Amino acid sequence: MLFLLQDGITNGAIYALLGLALVLVFAVTRVILIPQGEFVTYGALTYASLAAGQMPGTAKLALALGIGAFAFDLFAARKALHGRLILRSTVTNIVLPAIVLALTVYFAAQKPPVAVCIALSLVILAMIGLFLYRIAFQPLAHTSVLVLLIASVGVHLALQGLGLLFFGAEGQRGPAVLSGSFTAGALRFTGQSITVYGITIAFIVGLWLFFGLTLYGKALRATAVNRLGARLVGIRTTLSGQIAFLLASVIGALSGIMIVPITTLYYDSGFLIGLKGFVAAIIGGLVSYPLTAVAALVVGIVEAFSSFYASNYKEVIVFMLLIPVLLLRSLAAPAVEEEKD
Amino acid sequence: MQSRLPILIFALIMAAIPFVPGMPPFWIVLLDNIGLAALVAMGLVLLTGVGGLTSFGQAAFVGFGAYTTAVLSTTYGMSPWLTLPLSLVVSGLLAVLLGLVTVRLSGHYLPLGTLAWGLGLFYLFSKLEFLGRNDGISAIPPLSIGSFKMLSPGSIYYAIWVAVILSALLTMNLLDSRTGRAIRALRRGHIAAEAFGVHTPRAKMLVFIHAAVLAGLSGWLYAHLQRAVNPTPFGAQAGIEYLFIAVVGGAGYVWGGVLGAALVVVLKEVLQSYLPLILPGSGQVETIVFGIMLVALLQLAPGGVWPWLMSFLPQRTSGKKPDTSLKLEQRTRSPGQSSVLLQVEKARKQFGGVVAVNNVSFDVQAREIVALIGPNGAGKSTTFNLITGVLSASSGSISVLGNKVDRAPPQEIVKLGISRTFQHVKLVPDMTVLENVAIGAHLRGHSGPISSMLRLDRADEAKLLAEAARQIERVGLGEQMHQLAGSLSLGQQRIVEIARALCVDPMLLLLDEPAAGLRHMEKQQLATLLRELRDGGMSVLLVEHDMGFVMNLADRIVVLDFGTKIAEGTPATIKTNPEVIKAYLGVAA
Repeated sequence: MLFLLQDGITNGAIYALLGLALVLVFAVTRVILIPQGEFVTYGALTYASLAAGQMPGTAKLALALGIGAFAFDLFAARKALHGRLILRSTVTNIVLPAIVLALTVYFAAQKPPVAVCIALSLVILAMIGLFLYRIAFQPLAHTSVLVLLIASVGVHLALQGLGLLFFGAEGQRGPAVLSGSFTAGALRFTGQSITVYGITIAFIVGLWLFFGLTLYGKALRATAVNRLGARLVGIRTTLSGQIAFLLASVIGALSGIMIVPITTLYYDSGFLIGLKGFVAAIIGGLVSYPLTAVAALVVGIVEAFSSFYASNYKEVIVFMLLIPVLLLRSLAAPAVEEEKD
Repeated sequence: MQSRLPILIFALIMAAIPFVPGMPPFWIVLLDNIGLAALVAMGLVLLTGVGGLTSFGQAAFVGFGAYTTAVLSTTYGMSPWLTLPLSLVVSGLLAVLLGLVTVRLSGHYLPLGTLAWGLGLFYLFSKLEFLGRNDGISAIPPLSIGSFKMLSPGSIYYAIWVAVILSALLTMNLLDSRTGRAIRALRRGHIAAEAFGVHTPRAKMLVFIHAAVLAGLSGWLYAHLQRAVNPTPFGAQAGIEYLFIAVVGGAGYVWGGVLGAALVVVLKEVLQSYLPLILPGSGQVETIVFGIMLVALLQLAPGGVWPWLMSFLPQRTSGKKPDTSLKLEQRTRSPGQSSVLLQVEKARKQFGGVVAVNNVSFDVQAREIVALIGPNGAGKSTTFNLITGVLSASSGSISVLGNKVDRAPPQEIVKLGISRTFQHVKLVPDMTVLENVAIGAHLRGHSGPISSMLRLDRADEAKLLAEAARQIERVGLGEQMHQLAGSLSLGQQRIVEIARALCVDPMLLLLDEPAAGLRHMEKQQLATLLRELRDGGMSVLLVEHDMGFVMNLADRIVVLDFGTKIAEGTPATIKTNPEVIKAYLGVAA
């Protein structure tokens, strides 16, 4: 029983992180981030490939997307091009990913230590997240949630296809971030599960501090509440969107890196993992971070128990878990008029 | 929507296609698939594009339809024609069950909720023994008429496209009716629709069921086309795909669903068969290109391809003017009724610690214009919301003709003959003025969705539109009757709201700042109209900031300040009341 609980909490912690990222992106950009799952697999498989001494295709993707983002920047600013803008865009969109690509090529050849693998994977994914927003979502920022959602599906499909191209159909596992283990009573704690707890807690606290105390965090919150109002007081909403995507991709990659030593991940595993983060996010109402975290733990625990007692119906149970929650929410939620579009 | 000719031509072309010599059989298969997807997308157009309810779960309803007929026609050996109604009923009933849970969810919970049960049901399909688990069910009998069996894709083609065209016609008929207007008003929030008696949860449920039944029909056809079913085509991916078919085509348009289905099916096919020739070797290049093209298409035409194509055709804005000789039944007004129409007694509304309305009492007599004035934040609009049932009072009571209506929902209040306009205009911008105003007469029509689909509602409908046209002319907007409401100036939109409120055939008209945004002449016309209405037996309660307008028009004035009534009386006494002057101008130090 206890080990199931432990298993559930470990998974739940990861769902919590993903749920937080989804809430963050949705609140700031109104995008329901279906490719979150791809961030997870990309992060995990980039890390695993690097650790195995292979060159991950994601580094090239980052550069390609960067060039695309550069083109979009130039096109958007074609009426008012000036040197500084071109320089800035070149540095962030082309020079940076090129340097990272060079580093990746250099390190991949010599089986780098775990820390380097993690750092490189995170940087690569951060850039992918950033450029994706620039290319796919920023031009659609004014449209409805539905259109953004469909675009999000398109990005998901493209990334999943690319995932197959980069990593092949074979699953991969990565080395543990922290090896070793100890036992306490009936429970055995591996270094990996301790890492998962530690990083999840660190991230939740970090996000809380970021949103509560920093100017950028407050700008993001302002954008989430009212885009127009935020722009009127001088917040660049595109910057907010970029930060949100950057954070989401880093969180996704980090989650992937934490899972991949525990379970084998395939190029298309991300979708389901992301969806479970989703379930947590929905239970949290897509607005509340603490509630999302708690809900994610519940999802993880329910999943662990149902995979033990009724493994056939594991997914059914997890997704159907939502129905009573939604029922409660719909009974409790007052009839609020929404100002749409 | 008026002309049936293009649809007839379309139907003839579709009927002729299989006879074109040299038509590759494979194209017919593609057309079959397009038809199947179009049916589901059409339901989504109604649900998502028109009704504003996003669903990822439609693939599950296709599954219900397909599995119902699969089980009944194999295990129980029933004729496929008998399983058709059963497939539709099963889809519809399950839609009711799932709808009870999800449809009430507002905003973004709904799509996510549908995604959740879409996934859950997919796994259920693949785990249940009597549905054949992952292998599904095979050897489903084909559709047959007499001894003619529809075995080939070319023979079931007609069944599919007859279903598509009939469904499109029925769906369009539904949209162009009393029920359709209620559905089209859903996307713009429920307060305005409810104020005219639309039961919004019921309307949402209706579109949900309609979409599910169309999906079930598609599933039934699918099962007899493939003659085998397995869980794969009913998963979350498929549910998402149906949604983007609808969005790519143009989510607000029935034919957008068909066009979207054609685009997506053909695009996928082309990518699958030609891309490997260009980029050989790699497995999923078509998904990558497909995803990228989807995003690109949305960036080029965020509204969908159908409206984008339609914008090249000449616009027709002139519509037929309804025959205004047709009359609706009038409300019976017994002369012996008590002269107090509306009685507000110690009404109080608190939002947390804020007292928005503080024990306010006043009444409105028959044939009287009462003005409710006060500085900003005085609680005037909240009082309106209390009277019309949008909010319920924390304490105190409100009665209409002596009957207490404290807890009554807006739909009940409007039945009693109280109609209103809104401070922030709540019209449906992409509906014509005529259609918007006709929503006001919602409760005076009786046709339901089924009779609307079958066009049995025309007599009823003509009367509703006639009444709407009459009220539009009464307020002086006859010229703009067939323009989209969103294209009018704000002042004119306020007048449209008055026409809509008049369609209720009200005894008491509640107007929230009707003169805001009007020019001087227009204000005078409005005042004249309101006096006429009063002399015709109606009472008016209005909130207004234009003091000149109020003082010349109102019989009696009630003044609120910070939620409390500070004065009541004729315009002359209010003008000199020291409390009122203090509230508006402050106190001299």
